[in-house]
Amino acid sequence: MENFIDAFFNIDIMRQATPLLLRGAWVTLQLCAVVIVLGLSGGLALSLLASSKNALLRLPAFFFIDIFRAIPPLILLILIYAGLPFVGVRVSPFIAVCIAFLLNNSAYFAEIFRSGIKSVGRGQTEAARATGLSPAQTQAYVVLPQAIRNVLPDILSNVVEIVKLTSIASVVSLSELLYSANMARAVTYNSSPLVMAAGLYLLVLWPLVRVISRFQRGLSITS
Amino acid sequence: MDFFDAFLNPEIIATYLPALVRAVWVTVWISVLVVISGLALGALLAGLRAYQKRWLTLPIVLFADLMRALPPLVLMLILFFGLPSVGIILSDWFVLYLILTLVLAAFVEEIFWATMTSLSRGQWEAGQATGLSFLQVLVHVIFPQALRMDIPQLVNRSLTISKMTAYGSVIGVKEIVSVAGSAQAFSGSATPLTMAALAYLIIFFPAMLLSRYIENRFHYEH
Amino acid sequence: MAAQPRPTLEITALEKRFGETQVLNSIDLKVRNGEMVFVIGPSGSGKSTMLRCCNRLEEPTSGAIHVNGKPMLGITRKELDRMRLRVGMVFQGFFLYPHLSVLKNVTLAQRKALGRPKAEAEARALEMLDKVGLKHKANAMPGELSGGQQQRVAIARALALDPQVMLFDEPTSALDPELVGSVLKVMRDLREGGMTMIVVSHEMQFAREAADRVVFMDGGVIVEEGPPEEIFGNPKSDRLKAFLSRVSGHAA
Ligand SMILES: Nc1ncnc2c1ncn2[C@@H]1O[C@H](COP(=O)(O)OP(=O)(O)OP(=O)(O)O)[C@@H](O)[C@H]1O
Ligand SMILES: [Mg+2]
Repeated sequence: MENFIDAFFNIDIMRQATPLLLRGAWVTLQLCAVVIVLGLSGGLALSLLASSKNALLRLPAFFFIDIFRAIPPLILLILIYAGLPFVGVRVSPFIAVCIAFLLNNSAYFAEIFRSGIKSVGRGQTEAARATGLSPAQTQAYVVLPQAIRNVLPDILSNVVEIVKLTSIASVVSLSELLYSANMARAVTYNSSPLVMAAGLYLLVLWPLVRVISRFQRGLSITS
Repeated sequence: MDFFDAFLNPEIIATYLPALVRAVWVTVWISVLVVISGLALGALLAGLRAYQKRWLTLPIVLFADLMRALPPLVLMLILFFGLPSVGIILSDWFVLYLILTLVLAAFVEEIFWATMTSLSRGQWEAGQATGLSFLQVLVHVIFPQALRMDIPQLVNRSLTISKMTAYGSVIGVKEIVSVAGSAQAFSGSATPLTMAALAYLIIFFPAMLLSRYIENRFHYEH
Repeated sequence: MAAQPRPTLEITALEKRFGETQVLNSIDLKVRNGEMVFVIGPSGSGKSTMLRCCNRLEEPTSGAIHVNGKPMLGITRKELDRMRLRVGMVFQGFFLYPHLSVLKNVTLAQRKALGRPKAEAEARALEMLDKVGLKHKANAMPGELSGGQQQRVAIARALALDPQVMLFDEPTSALDPELVGSVLKVMRDLREGGMTMIVVSHEMQFAREAADRVVFMDGGVIVEEGPPEEIFGNPKSDRLKAFLSRVSGHAA
């Protein structure tokens, strides 16, 4: 038991690692802010294309969505970070992560928005058009607000997935939370910093996960 | 062509293809195992939770919360690097298999549970009123209905988690990413990475189309 | 015979509380073999709760319930599952299993709870479906049936287990008016076949014609009971009079 506590919950080592981990957490936070905004915007644009009646817009959008949902974000990230220099483009780890996440998260968010748009009845569009709103106005004021409200739980759970996913940035040496914790582990030969990192993730994500569960139950009862 | 030389060099493709094919098998096998055991464990947990005994519910909810809130990569590193220092040594692929199974089970449990509670109480009561035991109602009445409604979600979640087998590269599992990564280092070319991405496309693109088909099918049925 | 035969269903001093609210208060009711007892009363008077206590979908707070002399209360979980086979129940909302065919709906409990072999269960199911006029729908899915048909399948599902008493909780309340008749006809046939039944329903005309006895509940107690002519023709308590005038007022 003592052995176990020493290996995973060593207070001394955690204390030493705290400044490093807090810096890592700060990078993770910044990263999350950027990639979530990027993913939401990209996803929204893609979902509008994918919901279009015009096949020339719709099919490429679907193709894009399915491709980037099929490729694991980790290989995408490595391909961008390690591959681009071969054609003379050098990107920082942060930019590489942003590009990989933009491609991957947009695809996932697009699917969510698209199902939201599908869930808004045809009658809504027709009613809006009948009152003289333009197609763009119809989307912006009538369809999208309802669509987004309908898929709010899915958006929230995708946000949780993205926050967790930022941990793969450690693979390209971006000094975010997991990278810092793993550094501390390697230096101290002790896993307590990793446990501490897990604790920091929990601090933010546990409440969100609870909310999602609540949400899902609430929805399923009314429907 | 600069681009093709870097990303799709035929010689390098030929050299590393056999190793990559082996790696594809590793990825596929671990994925299949994870999906089977994750679905089974998740269903079991949801079934146990249906008994509504506090001493069962509490650990199940705690487990589901933790596995959904923690990045799988963090869990893997903790197990892989931490357990040996308390005398437990697990092989790299087993750590990958174990963590992904637990994470999938947590999501499956939540998916099932949400649907089970949304089924009308009448379904439980009709079963019990005809003398079926609690377990029989669960197995013959509740689960089949939940499963049917949840198939699209279960397929999506299984695919997402299967793609996480790529994390195995971080702890040295010889799956696609790690084999492609070392091939890239050896060859000094980005081609193995492209091959890895293509390999995933070959595995998962049809799966994405399949999940789209399933979603539509189940969407129109109701 | 001079000695009273044992009632098929016997409710003794039944009480039910939901937290602070007393929903049933010292209910006593004996139902003889082959008797059809109608239960009427205003909404919230505890009719459903009483029925649901009879097969313990609702747990009584105190009292006793016996089916052919065998206790429903104070028995193990396993014994309860066996006892529930003796008590058939039909719900307002049908609650057919939507994922199973009509035939499978009727055979499931026969096979899993009674342990009947497949062939025997299916033969019995077809017999019961024939009885409710739906043999030709055996392979349909519940979603393809009208409400009246679904309710008749639900009745067949309960009958196939050879219950000793059938409980009906507003079996026609969720049906379109033109479908009510088909379900009432099945219930009338059952009565003629000698089935013991308790029926909670607002079909007063049916009660007049078919019931052996009518029980009027209000506020969790049995206020008045007697043959239908007495209850409808010569109500004694003010509460029953008020209830009947309200109901007939709605019907007119
Ligand atoms: N699970 C419950 N928890 C708390 N109160 C309940 C519950 N079930 C029923 N009640 C209350 O018990 C009382 C009797 O309900 P019951 O359903 O037995 O009435 P009823 O006579 O069947 O009415 P109706 O004609 O509307 O079906 C009502 O006041 C109801 O609010
Ligand atoms: Mg009722």
